[in-house]
Amino acid sequence: MNDAAHTTAVLGSDEIRRALTRIAHEILEGGHGADDLVLLGIPHRGVPLADRLAATILEAEGRPADRLRDLAGSLDITLHRDDLRRSPTRQPAPTVIPPGGVDGRTVVLVDDVLYSGRTIRAALDALSGIGRPAAVRLAVLVDRGHRELPIRADHVGKNLPTSRSERVQVRLRETDGVDEVTIARGTEGSTRA
Amino acid sequence: MKHFISIADLSRAEAESVLATSEQMAATQSRSIRKLPTLVGTTVVNLFMEDSTRTRISFEAAAKRLSADVINFSAKGSSLSKGESLKDTALTLQAMGADAVVVRSSSSGAAHLLAHSGWIDQPIVNAGDGTHEHPTQAMLDAFTLRRHLGGRTGTAGLDGLHVVIVGDILHSRVARSNVLLLSLLGARVTLVAPPALLPVASGDWPCEVSYDLDAALAQGPDAVMMLRVQRERMIGGGFFPTEGEYARRYGLSEDRAARLPDHALVLHPGPMNRGFEIAGSVADGPRSVIVEQVANGVSVRMAVLYHLLASNAREDAS
Repeated sequence: MNDAAHTTAVLGSDEIRRALTRIAHEILEGGHGADDLVLLGIPHRGVPLADRLAATILEAEGRPADRLRDLAGSLDITLHRDDLRRSPTRQPAPTVIPPGGVDGRTVVLVDDVLYSGRTIRAALDALSGIGRPAAVRLAVLVDRGHRELPIRADHVGKNLPTSRSERVQVRLRETDGVDEVTIARGTEGSTRA
Repeated sequence: MKHFISIADLSRAEAESVLATSEQMAATQSRSIRKLPTLVGTTVVNLFMEDSTRTRISFEAAAKRLSADVINFSAKGSSLSKGESLKDTALTLQAMGADAVVVRSSSSGAAHLLAHSGWIDQPIVNAGDGTHEHPTQAMLDAFTLRRHLGGRTGTAGLDGLHVVIVGDILHSRVARSNVLLLSLLGARVTLVAPPALLPVASGDWPCEVSYDLDAALAQGPDAVMMLRVQRERMIGGGFFPTEGEYARRYGLSEDRAARLPDHALVLHPGPMNRGFEIAGSVADGPRSVIVEQVANGVSVRMAVLYHLLASNAREDAS
């Protein structure tokens, strides 16, 4: 584990909540009502973030919270990664597409950290096998820079200038029991995508 | 996993991991575009030294859906029919740049020999070796059982389920692989066959053995798996008196199927002898998942190829 002395908290639970609320409203201001939207979280931590954004959007539009599964799902990218042969076997996670599908709707991809952009490239590839959205947008909780592909986010919770040797860790209630974003000074390059 | 030769090599966690991957592979097969780029640039050789239609086609479909290139190498029309040895064939495949070899042979142990001889470094998948094992068939059977009956177990495995496997156990690599895998996943297995069609060693397998099909069905199993009577391997005869008597005592008739619990499934690895080991109406009936087994075979084989080829495990293992 990281030495506590080298780990800095960047976002706490309140800041994460505010960032997600702002992103949810930005998405709605883009002119999309919940009927035209699909939020797809990228496993693992993009999935609860997409659910939280969807819950906020439903609340803002005064719709019942039980419509969440019509709005939010998950998009696994494992089978589309370009680095499978550089790591041990990765277990694919479920892809859950809301019943309305993605054709003709605006898909917002949701992930925790935007780094090289390779995850998003794989997600765009995976999405094209599922349908043809009217548009695809990208929302991330943290953009830490160091892009390796021409990809940018439409909605960013926090821009976080980092060096490649640092490690950004997002922890969420649903997956880790706590909401926080930390940055750790590492000695070697992080492989966080 | 470096190779996929025998269920005996698997831990429960590995088996569950392959089943979980199979579930995701199956999900991709209902999409508008079923092809995935996962194994692009790799070459899978199907080395089939024994006749097979469904297993070869299933592996071919699995590899192609993952964007691997497939080379089919069958006994007929190849140098194997000119007497080339397994060793020379293996060296040829290695030289041609195969990334994995799927091997089917009438000789028990052929896949193991290929994997451990040092002739070839690539992952070997056993697609059936003689009367030894057919591990991907067992995986697809377990996958099919889990899809239908997984809700009854409350686990990722087959805990507490009772599966009856009926027929030509002696010549069945499917039976052996299934006994090992289903018991590994927590199911109780009962083998039912005439004494002459049970291997001597089956007493040591993790299962029960019975000669009485009606008694086994009276226990209310969750699934019944009928096996094909492999007449091509019954050289010399004498395994059972007549086909009529075999069908009466060991065939899954409509009457026997009707006595099963409502939720019970009927499986058959194919190809079927309709009217012999299984009544046509049972094979086509509502309990039958036989066609689904074929579809699931592609998903499971995609998962096996994925686990062997889509990682750096080979560099680590060597």
